[in-house]
Amino acid sequence: MRRTHPLLIAFAVLTFAFLLGPLVIILGAALSDTTFLTFPPQGLSLRWFENIFEISAFRRTMVTSFSLAVGGTALSMLIGIPAAYALARYRVEIPRFLGNVYVLPILIPEIVLGFSLMKSVATGLGLPIITSLLIGHALLVLPYCVRVVGASLNSFDFSIEEAAVSLGCPRWKAFFTVVLPNIRAGVIAGFILAFITSLNDVSISIFLTGPGVSTLPIQLLAHMEQFFDPTIASVSVLLMLVTVAVMAIVERTLGLTFLTK
Amino acid sequence: MTQALTLDRVTAHYGSTKVLEDLSLEVGEGELVSLLGASGCGKTTTLRLVAGFLQPTSGTIRLGDRDLTRLPAHARDIGLVFQTYALFPHLTVRDNVAFGLKQRRIGGTKRREMADRMIARVGLEGFAERYPANLSGGQRQRVALARALVIDPPLLMFDEPLSNLDAKLRVDMRVEIRRLQRANGTTALYVTHDQEEAFSISDRVAIMNAGRIMQLDTPEVLYSRPANSFVADFVGFENMIPMRAVAEAGDGVRVQMEGGATLDLPKDRFTVPARDFILAARAEGFRVEPEGTRGGLPVTLGLRTYLGRAYQYRCETYAGEVVANGPLATPHDSGTRAVLVPQPEQCCLLPVEP
Repeated sequence: MRRTHPLLIAFAVLTFAFLLGPLVIILGAALSDTTFLTFPPQGLSLRWFENIFEISAFRRTMVTSFSLAVGGTALSMLIGIPAAYALARYRVEIPRFLGNVYVLPILIPEIVLGFSLMKSVATGLGLPIITSLLIGHALLVLPYCVRVVGASLNSFDFSIEEAAVSLGCPRWKAFFTVVLPNIRAGVIAGFILAFITSLNDVSISIFLTGPGVSTLPIQLLAHMEQFFDPTIASVSVLLMLVTVAVMAIVERTLGLTFLTK
Repeated sequence: MTQALTLDRVTAHYGSTKVLEDLSLEVGEGELVSLLGASGCGKTTTLRLVAGFLQPTSGTIRLGDRDLTRLPAHARDIGLVFQTYALFPHLTVRDNVAFGLKQRRIGGTKRREMADRMIARVGLEGFAERYPANLSGGQRQRVALARALVIDPPLLMFDEPLSNLDAKLRVDMRVEIRRLQRANGTTALYVTHDQEEAFSISDRVAIMNAGRIMQLDTPEVLYSRPANSFVADFVGFENMIPMRAVAEAGDGVRVQMEGGATLDLPKDRFTVPARDFILAARAEGFRVEPEGTRGGLPVTLGLRTYLGRAYQYRCETYAGEVVANGPLATPHDSGTRAVLVPQPEQCCLLPVEP
């Protein structure tokens, strides 16, 4: 057997320490029995987790965040699936750059996107805060929807759709009976990726939240400015757990390779 | 139920490129016609126009007494078999075959019965519950065939259905396709780039090039009597020798090759189409005779190769290289001077294309 070079081992250990260390520290801090953030934890307690649910602002923003993540992703899918379909189906006819337009929200610095959305949608059109947030989040996650659904569609053989049509199935119906079932995995994966992105977003939301309406990550920031207690850590752990849980579901049902494809 | 397919002066464009020009074609009831040609010749475009996946710029497409030209694809009632099989991956073999019946609102029990009967007909009993991913290529194509046949379409179309199969299976499957098509008496349009495949199963073959049909005829005629030099070259005529008729010579016509050599073609066996024409000949279309024999091309025999049934010679002439086969009994050495006498049954005199 080949011996692994000690430097390589050290490098690997350091990488993992950097990746996982902060998470361990947050988890420890969240479990601390003190009224201030500290690590290693002094005494063990779940009271800061309970505290999340006692603070109404957290309860409220949690509902807002989850609704936004579901609503924004759903809205984005409504635009993203047809866009991905058209880009894959008419690969030859559609100019290349149009496909890249859908990735812009990732390429533009989020802070710029947030600011421009505030200027255009929130103050420009004067839409209600929650509507602006919905539009902002839908835009933010659109690249994930288009790209991940697009990846499944690119390996989809469109003669299958033509076969359905030749057998007497109108095209719109063929999309639902033949195309959609075969890109299901991509749609689910895209949905989950978009959901997590929306749930954890700060940069866009910070520009679009306003009086009375906020999201969980924004509320977290606001809370931290006033209190430096372990609630912050426990909310972070909670968000982390949701993410991990969702990822576990993806891994179980589809395999994570789906996200890296 | 079977109907004739008629394409009348169909022209099609991709963007501004003309891919099909004034194409007319008739496939009679129960007939199998192949469209044969290299990629880009318009054969697949023709099939997709008939299927309704493309719209012609002008012309009409009729099936029996129905005008299909403006009919949406799903209303055309045509059975299609694809190169990639195009089975529905999320459905079992039975549901794949039953798909078209479901679209026709045929009830559950009857649908299942019809699907199972068709599955049995293509030799896939016991596979009804399987998914396409668990079938071999040949089995998949059988399912595709069953799926297209079960709706009893007035027209069946095949788009390179065998090119994803290995050589042995390809021969079996094409016999199978022909047998099922014959038994059903369904009119069929078959697209392929494989000459052997087209010739072996078709009633008639249309050889296509650059969006036009170069010749449409039975395989036998195409093989032995090509109408132009494109078809002659396509069906494997090795020699295309430009010639010019220069004089009458008793009961023949004296013709001259490039470089000045002349020969006399007997009038009762050859019909010269124009002053300038092309003598198209297969390698076996010449008799190799001793120097001085009348009515042949004087040549110098070159490299000799053994073909099993004959020797093949690369022959030098003033007009370039000519390939000719000679009998095994009398091998000639390289450098021998000889005369190649064209055999009327295996040579064609073709007009020079503009």
